[in-house]
Amino acid sequence: MASRATPSKIGHAIGHAPDVLSELVSHLREHRTQLREEWVRRITESRLLTAMSKEEIFAEATSVFDNYVEVLETGSVEALQAYARNLSERIIPRGVDTPEVLGIVLLLRDVLARSLFEKYQADFGLLNRVLDAYEPAANRIATTVAVGFVQERERVIRQQQEAIRELSTPVLQVRERLLILPIIGIVDSERARQLTEQLLRGVRSNRAKVVVMDITGVPSVDKTVANHFVQTVEAARLLGATVIVTGLSPEIAGTLVTIGVDLSKMNTVGDLQGGIEEAERLLGYRVRSAELGKDA
Amino acid sequence: METERRIRITKDTDIVAAREEGRTFGAALRFPSSDLTFLSVAISELARNILTYAGSGEIAISVERRNGRTGLSVVARDEGPGIDDIHLAMQDGYSTSGSLGLGLPGARRLMDDFDIWSEPGKGTVVTMRKWTR
Amino acid sequence: MHVPILKQGGYLIASIQSSLTDSDLLQLRDNLVEQVGKFRAQGVIVDVTVLDVMDSFAVRTLSTLAHMVTLRGAETVIVGIQPDVAFAMVRLGLTLMGVTTALDLEEGLAYLKGRHDGRNEA
Repeated sequence: MASRATPSKIGHAIGHAPDVLSELVSHLREHRTQLREEWVRRITESRLLTAMSKEEIFAEATSVFDNYVEVLETGSVEALQAYARNLSERIIPRGVDTPEVLGIVLLLRDVLARSLFEKYQADFGLLNRVLDAYEPAANRIATTVAVGFVQERERVIRQQQEAIRELSTPVLQVRERLLILPIIGIVDSERARQLTEQLLRGVRSNRAKVVVMDITGVPSVDKTVANHFVQTVEAARLLGATVIVTGLSPEIAGTLVTIGVDLSKMNTVGDLQGGIEEAERLLGYRVRSAELGKDA
Repeated sequence: METERRIRITKDTDIVAAREEGRTFGAALRFPSSDLTFLSVAISELARNILTYAGSGEIAISVERRNGRTGLSVVARDEGPGIDDIHLAMQDGYSTSGSLGLGLPGARRLMDDFDIWSEPGKGTVVTMRKWTR
Repeated sequence: MHVPILKQGGYLIASIQSSLTDSDLLQLRDNLVEQVGKFRAQGVIVDVTVLDVMDSFAVRTLSTLAHMVTLRGAETVIVGIQPDVAFAMVRLGLTLMGVTTALDLEEGLAYLKGRHDGRNEA
């Protein structure tokens, strides 16, 4: 059953006979059922995966076990990385944490190692060769699974942060053709990109001609973000809308000047109320004249 | 899902083909919609450069994974005259009145990673990447 | 790909239906300029709603179009630029300065009428 077509990639790097590896893989496959049960027993004993039921643990254990042995045999890390990502995607929503994932993989490594000890203990030389083949591979597997899990968690966290950012900056339509975008808090590059997208989409779906972008609640911005603000104003003009910036602090005004913005060309008003009044004044005209949307 | 596609650039319809391919790949990787547009435009700029300055070349689009992040890599290759002064070419000479910039600084601003190799007489290879969030 | 050009009142409306190649764009530009002269149109509207990509060539061509139309005594309005396209354009530094833009066809027509009503009253 063990394939002899290609020597194991992991094993090959260590420079030993592929036969040893395929032999131990055969052994592990042969004793699959009892090894798996032993592993699940140890998992429950160590009180890991408490968020999952015994049936669920057993089901996942079966796939993990089979994948584990397969990777030992083929040495293909890509397949393992794909599996690790897939597994992580499934168990993260179940509340499984990093120490647990590492814990169960190490337990499996130990259960299989013990089994190999038991089988080859009579011949010390052979046992060593078997462990030489097994250990690096098993460690590589543990690392790959753990790293894959952590990276997937980080990705999920980033996604959640993005969703929160989006919720925290609504675009409000106050009257026909007039939108208000109040921005509060720290604005980094990523948030700035999101704000631009939201503002532009808001302009289109609300057919807004004026947007009052209030940045009273923004303490400061770096040059990159300041640039993004300028780009937002320019992009809105391309959609036929004027952006009035209100609540511009002296500090942010300074940053804008530093990046070469001509503030006299930017439509700014002291506070939100003033901005809304200015917007209504602008909307008093039937059409938006070309001179209003000044490009910085 | 395919992991790489190469598009030969020899005529102007190929520019459209290359950027549509970029959009398709990007959509499969679930890039947000503004990123898909940035990707398409950046590819369009590079493809147009190939046509204008080298006459023919190739755009290779592939999926890349690094440190748990997934991204799209675009390599624009040609055997044209090459760029004499890369620093100059990468400078912001753009104005809407139609400056003859090479489209490179613009493409760089739309992507996350940007690399350019060129040797006069040998050709040019531009590599750019965009990563999912 | 030929872009249909409609006449409405004293205006020409070019409604782009699908992705355009470089030569399509140049042809559109030349057709429009020719027709402005032929019909003595007062305004030209180019509707780019359908375009999900506009690169530097496209923007430069629209810019040139607008300037050429001005030389014939008419005004150009570009309408329907998509949010993402606008975003990409400004990132590239292509702001279509000096060219009027509006949200959509309706706004574009309202703008042109507003300009001409003012003018006609003089």
